[in-house]
Formats: sequence, C-alpha cells, structure tokens
Amino acid sequence: MDFLRPCSWTEALELRAEHPDALPLAGGTDVMVEINFDRRRPPALLDLTRVAELGEWDRADDAVRLGAGVTWTRVIIELAGLLPGLAAASRTVGSSQIRNRGTVGGNVGSASPAGDAHPVLLALGASVEVASVRGVRRLPVEDFFTGVKSSALAADELIAAVHLPVTGAPQQFAKIGTRNAMVISVVAFGLALHPERREVGTGIGSAAPTPVRARKAEAFLAVALEESGLWESRGRLPGSAVGRFADLVAAASSPIDDVRGTASYRRHALAVLARRALGWAWSDYREAA
Amino acid sequence: MRVTLMVNGERREADGVWEGESLLHLLREHLGLPGSKNACEQGECGSCTVYLDGVTCCACLVAAGQAQDAEVVTVEGLAGDDGLHEVQQAFLDAGAVQCGFCTPGLVVAAHDLLSRSPDPADDEVREALAGNLCRCTGYVTILDAVRLAARRTATSSRDPA
Repeated sequence: MDFLRPCSWTEALELRAEHPDALPLAGGTDVMVEINFDRRRPPALLDLTRVAELGEWDRADDAVRLGAGVTWTRVIIELAGLLPGLAAASRTVGSSQIRNRGTVGGNVGSASPAGDAHPVLLALGASVEVASVRGVRRLPVEDFFTGVKSSALAADELIAAVHLPVTGAPQQFAKIGTRNAMVISVVAFGLALHPERREVGTGIGSAAPTPVRARKAEAFLAVALEESGLWESRGRLPGSAVGRFADLVAAASSPIDDVRGTASYRRHALAVLARRALGWAWSDYREAA
Repeated sequence: MRVTLMVNGERREADGVWEGESLLHLLREHLGLPGSKNACEQGECGSCTVYLDGVTCCACLVAAGQAQDAEVVTVEGLAGDDGLHEVQQAFLDAGAVQCGFCTPGLVVAAHDLLSRSPDPADDEVREALAGNLCRCTGYVTILDAVRLAARRTATSSRDPA
C-alpha cells in the first residue's frame, strides 16, 4: 500500500489522476474502520489532511462555500449562525472525538444513505464542487448520490467543497437512533423553509438506497401554505396539513428491513420526524416575524 | 514507511510502519505506549482517545501517516513530575475505575473537557463523554470524578499555596 501525502490542492489532483484507485482519506472516521476491519485494502491511501485549502470556508453573496475538509466541530462552532440546519445535523454526529476529525466532504464522499449531512444538504438544494486535473464541475447534491455508497465522482476527481445557500429562514434536522450519541441513524429528516421563493425543501436519510427528497410533500406543503396565505400571516398550521405532509414524506421513502430497524418502523418514524421538524420550523418562522 | 512525530513532548520515530496502520497501533506496538487501549477499532468506544495537535480524537481512526510531524499527547503524557494529574487522581478517589480498560480514554476526554470548560454542567459532561463507553461503572462514579476534579482545580487555582 502507498501512502500519498499531497501538501496542496494542485498536488492532490495530480496524485489523484496518477492513482485513480487510491482511496481518499480525510478524517478517517469511515475509511479507517474499513481498513481496520480488513474490509478494504486499497493500493494507496490519499491523505488530504495536509491540503490547507480544503479546511477553509468562505461566504460569497448568499452562499457558503464549505471546503471539503471542514470538520463537524468547526461547522458547529463557526457556522451555526449561517447554516443552522447543517450545524444541527453536525451535533448529532458520533461523539466529540469523531466530530473533531470527520468532515462534511468525507460524509458526502462516502455517499452512505445514512450520511448525517445529506438530508439538510438536500433540503437546502446544496451543490457539490468536484475537481480533477481536467477541471471543476458542480453537481446538485441529489445528482451526486447514485446508489448505496456510490456517487457521480469520477475516478480522477476529488470533492473540493460543498456550496450551501444562506437562507436566513428556519432549517431543522431530526434523527432517530438507539441512543443520543454514536449512532448511525435508523432514519433521519431535514427540512428547510424557503419563504422568499415560497418553497419547502426536504431530505430523507437511511430510508432509501440514496438520500432522497420528498418532492410530493414539498409541493403539497408549498401549495397549502400559499393557498391559505400562511407565508404572510404566519398563522398556525392546520393539523390536517401537517399530517398530510408527514404522510407524503413517509411515502417518499423506500426503506428496507435491516439490523437497525424494519421498513415499517422507518416509515412510521419518518412521518413522526417530519411532523416534528415542520412544527419546530414553523414555530421558528412565526417567532421570527 | 517511517513516521516521525512528537509524542508527550518527545520526538519519536518509527520504521516499518504499514501504510494502513492506525496511530493507535503505532503508539502501542512501535512506540511502547500501551496506555491508549485498543477495543472497538471503529471509533465507538473512545478507549483510544488521544490529543492530536491539541484536539481529541480516536487514535484507531487516524492513519499513522497522518500523524507525521504532528504533536500527540496520550494518557501517559498527562501526569506531571509531581504525580498524577488532578483528573487522574479524581478518578481514583471517586472509585471511577473498575476494570480500568475505558479509563485512559475517559481520563483524556475529561481532561479535554475541563481544559475547555472548568466548571461544566452535568449535561455538558455527559455530552463530552458520550463517545467513551464503560461497561462496569454505570457512569455515576465517572461523573463524580469529573465533578471532583473540577472542584479541586477551582480550589487550587483560587488558593495557589
């Protein structure tokens, strides 16, 4: 096994092009588990922790460009104001030891349906910036995930950053696990209200081969809010609308039975999370008036 | 490959390190520092908690090569010349050690918490130690130990004599 240690982004992309079967390594919280348990023996590891550019984030206009190497801990400390949904999801990741090392870029790169960042990234309409020696491209996050732990990343590409809009509007994340810390979600849900464009964004985790949006639920809620003038009045949400939204979220999933939970439990729990997340987000929206 | 790093204030070097090896394995098997424990090897149990460049992490999830030129502090590096660190002494005095396997990781995690937050609320302690599993104590005496260490540190910093 080779251990490749680029010190700059340019060098990282060159090494990636020369070693397309090298496994990119950042915080190690996914990769090292696979190495330790002999599940994976890549011909090379491509250590990205020395690439300073990956650890930077900056705000341009109404978006944050989050370098792929920014850790969960830093999202919580530095970005809770700009990206409250992602910060909420970050707080549920592993333990402090894991959050200190694990990165949002690595979470996206692992492309697990259970990735904790993914529901919020979907709900926000985030995009993934990937690069190679050939150039840079940006994909909507929902086009990035192509299957269980597989993504649209080409063999010579690396994830450079994730771009997330700064909405200033309520965002929520909820996750079910067997305890508060150190759990892979049984099911997770992200919600973002987009009052300026009169839209609602959703993201479902751990309940389909990839993280998915609940498009019918989004469309239903946007119409229901518009027709009843609730975006302007910020009045109470009718229980019937909340219930219908929750049912549509659950219907958008295609869960399986596995060691963490059954498909029917996941559908049920997802509806509960959707109802709760909408309740919290709407209450934030009303209080912000 | 060869890995050179600072461990507990000393420059250390190891040859013949396998590229897929973890920092934990490097510490225990190459550098003779068995304080950090090897249990789950997947970041679930926290018994290998060390400081890497001032930040706590699970040494089992850091590739040894990632620690090249880094500063690592293990549980062996916490005690001073004048004896155990206050956190270590508090674990002993509070009876927070039973089989002892989780203790090194918990001591490092508690040390980190108290260095950031000298008088933590119980919720904060629980959150900070959530990545460290103990199968003996039921955690009650561990929480006692952290409170005791916090109290003693506050007292000693008020009264330097």
